Formats: sequence, structure tokens, C-alpha cells
Amino acid sequence: MSDFQPVLLAGIGITDSFTRASYEERGGYAALRQTLTEKKPTDVIDIIKASGLRGRGGAGFPTGLKWTFLPKDHPGPIYLCINADESEPGTFNNRILMEEDPHQVLEGTILSAYATRATTAYIYLRYEYPASWDRMQSAIDECYAAGYLGNKILGSSFSLNIYLHRGAAAYICGEETGLIESLEGKRAWPRIKPPFPAVEGLFHKPTVVNNIETVACVAQIVRRGVDWFRSIGVPSDPANPRDPGSYGPKLYCLSGHVNRPGCYEAPLGITVRELIDRFGGGVWKNRKAKAAIPGGISMGILTEAEFDTPLDFSGPGKVGCLGLGTAAVVVLDETVSMIDFLYNSCRFFAHESCGQCTPCREGTSWSLRMIERIRAGKGRIKDLDLLLEIGTTIGMMPGTTICGLADGAGWPIKNTIKKFRDECEDYVKRTNPTGWMVNEPVPALAIVNGH
Amino acid sequence: MIAPRKILTAEMIAAIEALAPRYPDRRALTLPALHIVNDSLRYVPLEAVVEVAELLGLKPAEVQDSLSFYEFFHQDAPAGIVRAWVCRSISCALRGGEEVMEHLCRKAGVRPGETTSDGLLTVEVAECLGACDFAPCMLAGSTLYKNLTPEKMNEFLAHSKVSCHE
Ligand SMILES: Cc1cc2nc3c(=O)[nH]c(=O)nc-3n(C[C@H](O)[C@H](O)[C@H](O)COP(=O)(O)O)c2cc1C
Ligand code: SF4
Ligand code: FES
Repeated sequence: MSDFQPVLLAGIGITDSFTRASYEERGGYAALRQTLTEKKPTDVIDIIKASGLRGRGGAGFPTGLKWTFLPKDHPGPIYLCINADESEPGTFNNRILMEEDPHQVLEGTILSAYATRATTAYIYLRYEYPASWDRMQSAIDECYAAGYLGNKILGSSFSLNIYLHRGAAAYICGEETGLIESLEGKRAWPRIKPPFPAVEGLFHKPTVVNNIETVACVAQIVRRGVDWFRSIGVPSDPANPRDPGSYGPKLYCLSGHVNRPGCYEAPLGITVRELIDRFGGGVWKNRKAKAAIPGGISMGILTEAEFDTPLDFSGPGKVGCLGLGTAAVVVLDETVSMIDFLYNSCRFFAHESCGQCTPCREGTSWSLRMIERIRAGKGRIKDLDLLLEIGTTIGMMPGTTICGLADGAGWPIKNTIKKFRDECEDYVKRTNPTGWMVNEPVPALAIVNGH
Repeated sequence: MIAPRKILTAEMIAAIEALAPRYPDRRALTLPALHIVNDSLRYVPLEAVVEVAELLGLKPAEVQDSLSFYEFFHQDAPAGIVRAWVCRSISCALRGGEEVMEHLCRKAGVRPGETTSDGLLTVEVAECLGACDFAPCMLAGSTLYKNLTPEKMNEFLAHSKVSCHE
């Protein structure tokens, strides 16, 4: 792994890396040219399937397999939605890809559209990324001028338009069917699945939703080949025939209490400890780490003792976390109160729940009210149990909600209360010496800070 | 050419119509249209909602329903010249985000969501701005303010010419 060279981030630091000229100097768009003349769309699907690429947006679904769910011989239109809503706390790799190397993203988008036979691709870009917007729009304009977009691309029979679509600061627009509803001009309420977008998605047509980093990987796989991609990362577990493995490079976002926060490219499977030491320059202020978010706040929390967990698609799950998520690692030093962490997490999800499912809407706001009460010195041990109950009962996994936001809300709660039970109990007893043992229902505080 | 309405100018209507060929359904123009109105008026009054609905062939309630979902568009009065989105999510909170927000609000004499009396600044609460490598941070207009401290907030306020309290 010491000879690992960044590929997705290879353009970073190069002058004018965001221009077509720079991207082409680095070999960009050659794969597109070659593909359009030599390969059929199904060839591209086969390549991506063989590579083992799994979606980088959070769910880790195999990309090639997702593409095969599209109906065969559909008269069209088929839509491709590129998810650039990137709002999972701790995550910023899509921003860097779009700002620094937008043509890599676009080449991947064009190749993905070719594979899926989509003739329109919408890039749903969050409002908070004005710099990404400008860079992406200029890059799209350059592509039209160069004949990489528009009618009969590079003289082939393939035509494609790419449009940017601006969000309005709502986390739920990152959920793929929330994104679709938002694009259609409605409130971003996630849809009940099935039907899955591949069958009935945007404007009732077959639709593929892929993340920005996923399509950047598509560009590199088509250029460098399946063997290159599969030589990086963690192979599938031979003992588990259903494990698709964790192949390829990954953009890890490192933030919180480290000396050098940043986005670092490493083979899938690097550990939190390696990330902190090798890339992050260690924990800041010469302190010790206490915990870390493994892949965006939705994934739960690792204790310091769990820092050797490999950050591949199956690693975090083995220590009780939800998964790899967006591979955004947020480090908490020894001075952080886990109650404060929970408060921040609960406030986020109470604010961002779309309100459609009662367990999510009520569960997220109730958990916030309880945490506020605990922080106000009125907490009870009973509240910890109630929080745990909420954490384990809201979500798609327990089967009570439409989308995964609720699972993401529940995981930090249950991880924190299970893994830091002593600290939580101490907090409650210390701050509420006369009431911590009360079991009867108690009123919420008047002030709640969710919205 | 389409004639201007009471709120929607001919330019706004032209900008909205220019996007129409991108979508097979005019309802998809809702969010782009609201952004176009908001970019120039800094709010979307109810009259504008009615006019956008007319333009897109929708019911005003359909447009208002989507608009209100986002809690993004001001409707009663224009937002300040600069909207400052201060991040409160985890990576920023770990590095002093809440303190920076408090400092900004105290100096500007507003609470989150409010606009200064000179109309120059609206302070907004943001969830993760996707710039956690620069925590704590703030997006003001289209400028990302990185690694904020109270001193840097003071500079920002001076630069935006907001009259400060205390
Ligand atoms: C609440 C929620 C928020 C999400 N936010 C994002 C996001 O911001 N970006 C993203 O790519 N995927 C996000 N996802 C995952 C998408 O639903 C979807 O799985 C993904 O965009 C598919 O692309 P991929 O297969 O290339 O990863 C989110 C999921 C949930 C449940
Ligand atoms: S789980 Fe929560 S965010 Fe997802 S659809 Fe239900 S209420 Fe909305
Ligand atoms: S937490 Fe503030 S930018 Fe991500």
C-alpha cells in the first residue's frame, strides 16, 4: 500500500486542474473516445460489473448490478441523476472532485449515461456549493464546445445533455427518491419502494441515481481497466459468497480533532488509526482520541479501542456501526462529552427528518427533547433507556420507516448509549442528583432548538 | 415576448422559460423558478408564488407546498443583502462553531434567522456545509469563510459594513 498513488485526486494541486485542457493533458476523455467507437453500452456495464465497483454515496450498492435493473429494450427516455447533494455531516469529497477536477466527473457521467442509454443526465447539486456549481457549469460548457456533449457525440450515434439542478438546503434531497421528487418540483418526500427508480423513477421513467465519486470511479475504471481497480482494496470474503468485496480507491474525508483535516485517497480498508496518524498528522493539541464517526454521522460511533477497524464496506458493521457510509471520519478528542455529541446528532436529524413517517418525525424530535432535558440537568436513567428504544425501533431495518434517514438517526443514539453507557449514566447522575432515578413521565422543556 | 407580471419581471420570466426545454414537465421548473425569483428579490412573496404557479400551469398551493418544505426561501420580507450560513454540524461544532455563531449574533444584534435592522445581513443556521476540512466555517453569499475565529468574524462584519453592537 505504500506505493499507492492517488488516482481520483491526481489532478489536485495542478494549475488549472479544472479545465478541459488540463484534464486532457492527464489522459482525460481518451477512454470516452475509445468507448464510443469500440464498445457497446452493454460492454461498459460488463466492465463496471466485473470491477466490483460499489456506490460511493453511502449505501455501497454494486453499480454495474444497479444498471442491469433497467428494463431491457426500453423505448426511453431513461434518466441518469447524479447525486451531488452531499449533505452527510463530515462529508466533502464530492465538493473537491467537482471543484478541482470537474471533467473527471463529467467523463464518468457521460460513460455512465452511455452504459445506461440515458440521453439526459441531471446533476442535483446542493445549494451550498456555489463554487462547485461554477466549475461544473464551465466544464459542461467546455464539453458542449468540444463535442463531448450534445447531439451525436464525437460522431457516434449517442446523444446526451447534462443539466445542473440546484437544491435548496435539505439533507433529504440526497436520498435518491427524495432527490427525484425534488427534481420533479415537489416536496422531497422519499418514495415507498418498490417500484425502484430503475423501473419507475424520474418523470415515471427508468432512472439511475449515482453519486459523484461513483461516476469518477467509472471514468477511471473504463480508462485503466478492471484489473487495476481490483488490485486495490479488500477482496470479497471467500467464506461469504454474498460479499461483493470492497475494491478500489476511496476518498476518505477526515475532520474534527486532527491536526490536518482533509480529503485523502487511500485503498478501501484503511483503518481510522492509520488515517489519523498517516494523513491527519495525529490528534490535535497532543490530546488522545476518544471516539470517531466512521462514515458520516449516520453510521454511528467507534470507540478509540475500535480504531483498527478497516474502513471497507463490511468493517464498521462488525463493530456495531451501520456501515461505511460516506467514509467520512470525524475524530472526537478526550475532552468531548458524548452527551454533547448526541445532542448535535439528534438536533441534526430532528431538523432534517422530512416528517413523512411518524416513527422518524416523532422519534427524532423526541430524542432531541430528551437530550435537551438531560443537558439541562433534568435527565434520568430512564431517558437513556427510552433513547435506546427510539434508536433501535426507527428506521428501514426495523421496518418502520420509508427511508434510511431514520436508521441514520438511530445509529448514533444506540451506539453512544451502548458503547458509552457509563459516561452517560455518570452525566445524568452528576447533573441531576435528586431526580435521576425518577421513572414517571416528566414534561419536556419549553425551549427546543431543532429548527 | 411574455409580458412582465406584478412581481415577475420580463427578465425573470425569460430566465425561467430558458430552462423549460431541459425538463419534460413544467412542474420541474418549480425550484429553478423559485431560485430565480429569490436570487433577485432575496425573498419569494406570496404574490410571486401565485405568478410562478400561473407561469408553470400549477396551482399556487402546489408551488407553496414545495417552497415551504425547504425552509429556505424567506416570504415575509427580503433577506439581508448577505445571507450568512453558519455551520452547526458536528465537525464545526467540535472546533468552535457554536462560539463563532454566538459571537456573530451578539455583534450583529440578531438571532439566527433574523436580519439586521440595516438590512445588510441575515444570519442563518446551516447544517454541514461540506467544508468540514475548514471547520468552523460559514458560507456568506457565495464566499466560504474558513477556519473561523471571533476575530475573523469581526473582519467579516467590517467588510460587510454591518453596524455592530456592543
Ligand atoms: C437520508 C439519506 C441521505 C442521502 N444523501 C446522499 C447524498 O447526499 N449523496 C449521495 O450520493 N447519496 C446519498 N444517499 C444515498 C442515496 O440514496 C443513493 O443510495 C445514492 O445516491 C446512490 O448512488 P451510488 O450507488 O453511486 O452510491 C442518501 C441516503 C439517505 C437515506
Ligand atoms: S424515514 Fe424520516 S426522512 Fe425518511 S421518509 Fe420517513 S420521515 Fe422522511
Ligand atoms: S460540519 Fe461544518 S462544514 Fe461539515
